[in-house]
Amino acid sequence: MRTILSIAIDALAFGMVLFIICIGLSLTMGLMRVVNLAHGAFAMIAGYIASYAARDLGLGYAAAIFLAITGTIVISIPLERFLYRRIYGSSELTQVLMTIGLTFCVIGITNYFMGPTLKTIPLPQALSQPVDVGFRTIAAHRLFVIACGAAVAVGLWYLIERTSFGIKLRATVDNSAMSDALGVRTQVVYAISFAIAIGLAALGGVVGAEFLPIEPYYALRYMVTFLVVVSVGGAGSIPGALIACLVLGLVDTTGRYLMPDFGNFFFYAAVILIVCLFPRGFLGRAQ
Amino acid sequence: MSDLFRVENLSKSFGGLAVSRDISLSMPAGERLALIGPNGAGKTTFVNLVTGQLKPSAGRVLLNGEDVTQLGAVRRVRKGLVRTFQVTRLFSDLTPEEHVTLTVLQRQRKATRILSRFHGSSHVADEVHGILGTLGLHEVARRKVGQIAYGQQRLLEIAIALALKPKVLLLDEPAAGVPSADTPRIEQALERLPPSLAVLMIEHDMDLVFRFAKRVVVLAAGEIIFEGLPSEVAADPKVREAYLGNYAHARSVA
Amino acid sequence: MHIMAQAGTVSAMSKAKSHHWWRDVAGIALIAAFGAAGYWLFPDNLALLTRIVAVALLVLSIDLVVGYCGVATLGQAALFGAGAYAAGIACVNGVTEPMTLIAIGAVAGAAAGLLMGGIMLRAHGLAQLVLSIAIVQLFHEAANKASAYTGGSDGLAGLMVSPLFGVFEFDLWGRTAYLMGLTLLLLVFIALKFVVASPFGMLCRGIKQDPVRIRAMGSFVFPVLLKMFVISGAVAGAGGALAAISTQVVGLDSVSFELSANALVMLVLGGLGTLYGALIGTVIFMGFEHMVSAINPFHWMTMVGALLIAVVLAAPGGLSSLVERISASRGGKS
Repeated sequence: MRTILSIAIDALAFGMVLFIICIGLSLTMGLMRVVNLAHGAFAMIAGYIASYAARDLGLGYAAAIFLAITGTIVISIPLERFLYRRIYGSSELTQVLMTIGLTFCVIGITNYFMGPTLKTIPLPQALSQPVDVGFRTIAAHRLFVIACGAAVAVGLWYLIERTSFGIKLRATVDNSAMSDALGVRTQVVYAISFAIAIGLAALGGVVGAEFLPIEPYYALRYMVTFLVVVSVGGAGSIPGALIACLVLGLVDTTGRYLMPDFGNFFFYAAVILIVCLFPRGFLGRAQ
Repeated sequence: MSDLFRVENLSKSFGGLAVSRDISLSMPAGERLALIGPNGAGKTTFVNLVTGQLKPSAGRVLLNGEDVTQLGAVRRVRKGLVRTFQVTRLFSDLTPEEHVTLTVLQRQRKATRILSRFHGSSHVADEVHGILGTLGLHEVARRKVGQIAYGQQRLLEIAIALALKPKVLLLDEPAAGVPSADTPRIEQALERLPPSLAVLMIEHDMDLVFRFAKRVVVLAAGEIIFEGLPSEVAADPKVREAYLGNYAHARSVA
Repeated sequence: MHIMAQAGTVSAMSKAKSHHWWRDVAGIALIAAFGAAGYWLFPDNLALLTRIVAVALLVLSIDLVVGYCGVATLGQAALFGAGAYAAGIACVNGVTEPMTLIAIGAVAGAAAGLLMGGIMLRAHGLAQLVLSIAIVQLFHEAANKASAYTGGSDGLAGLMVSPLFGVFEFDLWGRTAYLMGLTLLLLVFIALKFVVASPFGMLCRGIKQDPVRIRAMGSFVFPVLLKMFVISGAVAGAGGALAAISTQVVGLDSVSFELSANALVMLVLGGLGTLYGALIGTVIFMGFEHMVSAINPFHWMTMVGALLIAVVLAAPGGLSSLVERISASRGGKS
C-alpha cells in the first residue's frame, strides 16, 4: 500500500514535470505547426541560469526561477526572429533537422561556458522537507511540482479559451491569411506564443531538475521523451498533453520501481501501442 | 440491363450534412455524359464516392454488373474505373514520358519490378509514344512536367488515364484553369477518346459540354434535378432555379 | 510528320539513356578511386575508413527510405543494429566466415526492416517520425536487456572472424576489413543504382510526391513502401555486420537514436535522393568529426549544429546540390 502510494505521488509529480515542459512544445507543434526539437534545449538553458543564480549569485529559489524564465525568453527572441520564422510552414523533416542543429549548438556552447558537470539547483528549506498530510508524509517538492503543473494547466486554458489573445491565437491558427486580413498581427501572435512556450519550458526545466537533472546532454537526452509525449497527447491539446504526461509518467515510474532492469522499455512499448491505436494522439486535432 | 456502369441510390453525409442524396445513374459503353451543377453541388464528392476515395453512407456502384462498392480505390482502377483530377496531380520532376511509362507498366503489373529497366521494353515505349502522340504531347515528352504549359499538364492527366485502358472514365473538369487559347486542344483530345469508352465529364464550360455530351445530368445540393438532352437543359425550370436562384440568394459570396 | 516526331523522340531517348549510363559508370569509378586513394593515403586510419564505409551503408539505406520514398525516419539504426547483433551473435556461436556473416546481417536487417516498416507505415507525418524513434529506443532497451546474447551495456566482444575466402586474414591494420568493406559498398551502390532506376524505383519516387495519384494509377502504396523498407533494412544490416566484423565488437551505440539522427544529418548534408549525396555526406561528416572531436567533442557539436542550420536554410538540397548548382552555372557560362 505504501509503495503504491509513493509510486503514485512520484508518478504524478514526474508526469507534471513532463506536462509543464511539454505543453509548451505541444502549443508550438499544434498551434504553430513547428516541430521544435530544441524545446528541451531551452529548458536546459533555464536550468543553467537558475543554477548559476542560486549557487553563484546566492539568489533565492523564486528569484532564480524568475531570472531563468526571463533569461531564457530573452535568449529565444532573436532565435525566433531569425531562425524559426524561416521554417514556419516548412516540411517536418526540415523543421526537425534545423531544430536538431540548434540543439547541438546549444549543447556545445553551454558546455563551453559552463563546463561538462552536472548542475544542481538548491531547493529552499520549505521545499526540501517532508510534509505531513495526515496519514503519511510526502516530500514538499513533489507537492510543489504538482501544484505548478495544475496552475499551468488552468492558466493556459484560461489564456486560450477566455482572453482576447486566445481568440487571436486560435483565429491565426485556423486561417492565418484571413486573420492577417482582419487586422490580427499574426507575426506578433506567433512571437508571443513562442515566448510563452519557451517560458513554460524554462519553468519546467527548473522545477523539474530533481527528476531530469541539468547537464550538457540534457537537451539531447530528453529531446525524444518530450517529442514522444506531445505526439502521444495530440499536438495542440492541453487535456491531451495532460493525459499523455500522466499516463506515460505512470508507466515509466511504475516500470522503474517494479522492474528497474528494463529501463525505458515499458515507456516506448506504451508509446508504440498508443501511437498505433491513436495516430493523432489521444486528443489531437484532425489535420 | 447491359449497362457498363451503374450507380444506385448513392448517398453520403458528413456528420448531419448530406452532400450526396440518393444519386442514381447509368451509362452504357460509348456514353458521353456531362455532369454539371453549381459550385458546391457535390460533383467532386460524387467522383470521389464512385472511385472509392470516399465511402458512401448508402447505395451501390456497379461496374459491368459487378458490385464494386466495397472495393478500395486501387481495385476499382484495376477493374477499369478511372478518373482524372480537377487540380492536376502530377510529379513535377518527372517527364510526361515517365508518367505514362509508369502507368503502362503498372497496368501490366510490372511497376513493382526491381530486376528490370524502367525504359527497358520497346513494346511499352511504343505504346507510350502512341498515347503521347495522340494527345499531341510528343514534343514535350522528355521535359519535366514542372516546365510544361498547364494545358499540356491537363492533357497529360488524360494520357495517364488512357494508359490504364479504362472502361469508364471520369473526367473532373478537364479544361479547368486552361487558357482559352488551349481549350481546342483539350476538346480535340476529348473527341479522340476511344469510342467504346463510357465517359462522364464534370465541366463548367458550357460550350464544351454542349459539344461533347450526348446526355447531361444536373446536380444541385447533392441531388440529381435534371437528366436529359443537352438542348433541353437551359429550358428546364428546376435547372434555372438551381443556377439563377443561387445568385438571387447569394449575399456573402465575394 | 507524326512518324518523324516519334523517331525524333526515340533517338533523343537513347541519347539520354547513354548519357545517364556514362555518368553512373564515371561516378562509380570515382568512388572506387577515392576508396583506393584512402587506402594508400591513410594506412594508419583504416579502422576509421572502414567505420565510414559501414556508416555509409547505413546512410544509403536511409536515402532509400527518406530520399526516394519520402518517409522520414529517425530510427534507422535499429536496422543497422539488428544486422550488427545478428552477425555478432552468429560469429560468437561459431559461424565465422565473413561473407556469411554479412549475409546474415543483411537478412536480419531486412527482417527488422519488415517489422519496422510494418509498424511505421501505419502512421503518417509526425506520428510516423515518433514511431521510428520509439522503435529504435525499444530495440536499444531490448538489446540492453538481453545481455545473455548481446553482452548488454558491455557490448558483445570477442568476435573471431575467420580469414576471408579462407585466405585473407583480418590483420591488425584492418587492410582486409577495409578492402572487403569497400568492395561491399561498391557492389551495394551499383545494385541500388539499378533498384532506383527500375520501375519499382520510379514508383517509389511517385509515391514520395503524391500517393493519391499513385493509387489513382491503380497501384497500392503500402506494399511498395514496405518492399523498400526491406531492401533498406538489408543494406543497413549489411553495414552493421561490416561494423561488427571489422571492430570485432558490437556495442549498444550501434542501435541508438543518436546514430540514427547522425546518419540522417549526414544524408541531409550530402543531399537526399541521389545516393551520391549519402556517400559525400558520410565522408565529410565523419572526416570532420574525427578531426574536430579529437580536439573537443563539444566544439564538434556546435559545428555540426551550425552546419545543419546553414544547410537547411541555405542549401536544402544538401552539399551535393551545391556542387551541381556551381557546375551547372559554370557549364552555362562556357
